[in-house]
Amino acid sequence: MTTLEIASAEVPARRKTASLWADAFYRLARNKAAVIGGILVILLTLTALFAAQLAPFSYSEQDRRQTDAVPEWMLTLLPMMKPYAKISDKFLLGADYVGRDLLSRLIYGTQISLSVAFVGPIIALVVGTVYGLISGFFGGKVDNIMMRFVDIMYAFPTMLLIILMMAFFRSTFAESTPGSFAYVMNAIDRRFGGMLFIFIGIGITAWMGTARLARGQVLSLREQEFTLAARAMGAGNMRIIFKHLLPNVLGPLVITVTLNIPGYISTEAFLSFIGLGVNAPTPSWGSMISDGAQSIRTYPHQAILPALALSATMFAFNFLGDGLRDALDPRLRGVQ
Amino acid sequence: MGRYIARRLLWMVLVLFLISLITFAMEHAVPGGPFDREKKLPEEIIANLEKKYNLDLPYWKQYMLYLYDVLVPRITKGLPTSMLDETMINIKLGGDYYFRWVNLGPSYSSRSRTVNDIIREQLPVSIQLGLISMFIALAIGLPMGILAALKQNTIWDYLGMSVAIFGVSVPVVAMGPVLISLFGVLLKWLPPTGWGAKPPYILFFIPRNLFSWDFWKYAIMPAFAVGTGYSAIIARLSRASLLQVIREDYIRTARAKGLTERVITIRHALRNALIPVVTILGPMFAAVLTGLFVVEQVFGIPGLGKYFITSITNRDYPVIMGTILLYAIFLVIANVIVDITYAWLDPRIRYE
Repeated sequence: MTTLEIASAEVPARRKTASLWADAFYRLARNKAAVIGGILVILLTLTALFAAQLAPFSYSEQDRRQTDAVPEWMLTLLPMMKPYAKISDKFLLGADYVGRDLLSRLIYGTQISLSVAFVGPIIALVVGTVYGLISGFFGGKVDNIMMRFVDIMYAFPTMLLIILMMAFFRSTFAESTPGSFAYVMNAIDRRFGGMLFIFIGIGITAWMGTARLARGQVLSLREQEFTLAARAMGAGNMRIIFKHLLPNVLGPLVITVTLNIPGYISTEAFLSFIGLGVNAPTPSWGSMISDGAQSIRTYPHQAILPALALSATMFAFNFLGDGLRDALDPRLRGVQ
Repeated sequence: MGRYIARRLLWMVLVLFLISLITFAMEHAVPGGPFDREKKLPEEIIANLEKKYNLDLPYWKQYMLYLYDVLVPRITKGLPTSMLDETMINIKLGGDYYFRWVNLGPSYSSRSRTVNDIIREQLPVSIQLGLISMFIALAIGLPMGILAALKQNTIWDYLGMSVAIFGVSVPVVAMGPVLISLFGVLLKWLPPTGWGAKPPYILFFIPRNLFSWDFWKYAIMPAFAVGTGYSAIIARLSRASLLQVIREDYIRTARAKGLTERVITIRHALRNALIPVVTILGPMFAAVLTGLFVVEQVFGIPGLGKYFITSITNRDYPVIMGTILLYAIFLVIANVIVDITYAWLDPRIRYE
């Protein structure tokens, strides 16, 4: 960055006497798509938080007389179901193959997708940033070794690695002896319906991109005068890294991880789709699509409804991510 | 440049070695063996099977034997009859002698096939699907990106970028079932699942019925499901790159010369703007290929990705290892090629 660019970047901020973040928020609020995305994300978050209050039934309660029940109104949309469908208006969106309310399961499904959407980026941000900052700041041998490790992890086909890892967690940890570390992990995982291992799996593959980006930024920042000035004033390594370098690299990092959120959501959906994600009966949209796909010829709505919910959520995060990128770094508009 | 390439290739070998080591450690850390069944096999039979596949040896010996089989080429008289000694590359040297290389081992779960057989049968399907998906991604993404850039901030731009957001927002797991129920079940235009390519393939992957509807009717839906996601990336990239190029000085010069907009766009702007698009095609193909098992699972396509998931549940160690190594090779090579093309296209980049 030349002096000229730094100066020009600071002028509008000073004129409005707003901080970088306030300025970014102002730009974000003017972006219609981003606002729609933001509102959707808030609604989804509220749905996830108050799922127990919103859902008319429990997600695991089975009504054996209602298996594959279809509500009356749905026949106008999908008339092909008329000859064989069991028509019942007990459930608003019908029931699945064991008689569980589809609507309630969809509502509880937001919890899984949303927690992945929030925890995934946090892991990527924290692990990746600390790793990248340290690697970039110390440079030389440390940097070389740390970045070669990232290179190796990068060469792993991500999806294959996650699948292998999930299989490893699911079976190794399940058969561990009581009292061991693996046993405790497995107990926690079961307590959260299988979410812990999904977080770990996504976390292990998500931080590398952030680490590279943070390192690249730090490499150029640490040569700048303000770092020298901080050092001249007697600041230690850790202080320089976290007080002076971190705030400067945070912008681009936040953009990258936000743009990756839809990726985390679809990864979880796919893992649950192939049966390596959440444990039954925890409802994930991925596992609901997989269940619905079994009867796609007869009851297509059972797969389509969760598919729509999944897509709508990813839309919301994509709109928000794009808007955030434009707001935080207007020069990047349309680049990624 | 030569030294750089040599160094990159050396690094590549090291990376692949480490990946194989990590994979080996991880697959053997998963409890249960390849011969565990619902109905337990007699212990002597398991012992015999393990002896046959060297699974009774200590881990380090198993790993060394695996590496030896994969890496060391050999010249033998005649082709082997044992499945344990089947190689990927078999070149006739003359007489009855063969040069043979890369033995990825037998598959434990499908006893009549080796890992090489599985790759030979299933990788072509994945490559076919991957190439068609890439083609769809380009056919949708490129015109959309170019149009959006040329008519920046008009309805075309917003429309194009909205379509792009749609592309990245609807994952294959969601789009697959919707397409299947719409075109496969309700309208009955296309078969909902399966694959239509008939082996043997020409040049390893071109199906003999390439020009017949029997092949394409199976390919359209899955390729579209994968392609839309990547078309969004291509559209955004080509838009951004074209926007940058049309602000360059030489475009102004071309305009000043009095060239028509058409000639400027096609001859001067596009040619330079498409360089980044061309360079990402390599790694994108690698990414498409290694990401295909989502779509293969959804549409029941007998590609390598679908087989990989089954092989993990079956603890089919050689298949897991073979697939991961194969895909890792694709990814690593794609990355090396990109770095080299960048240096070749842009003389300002120097690798030393």
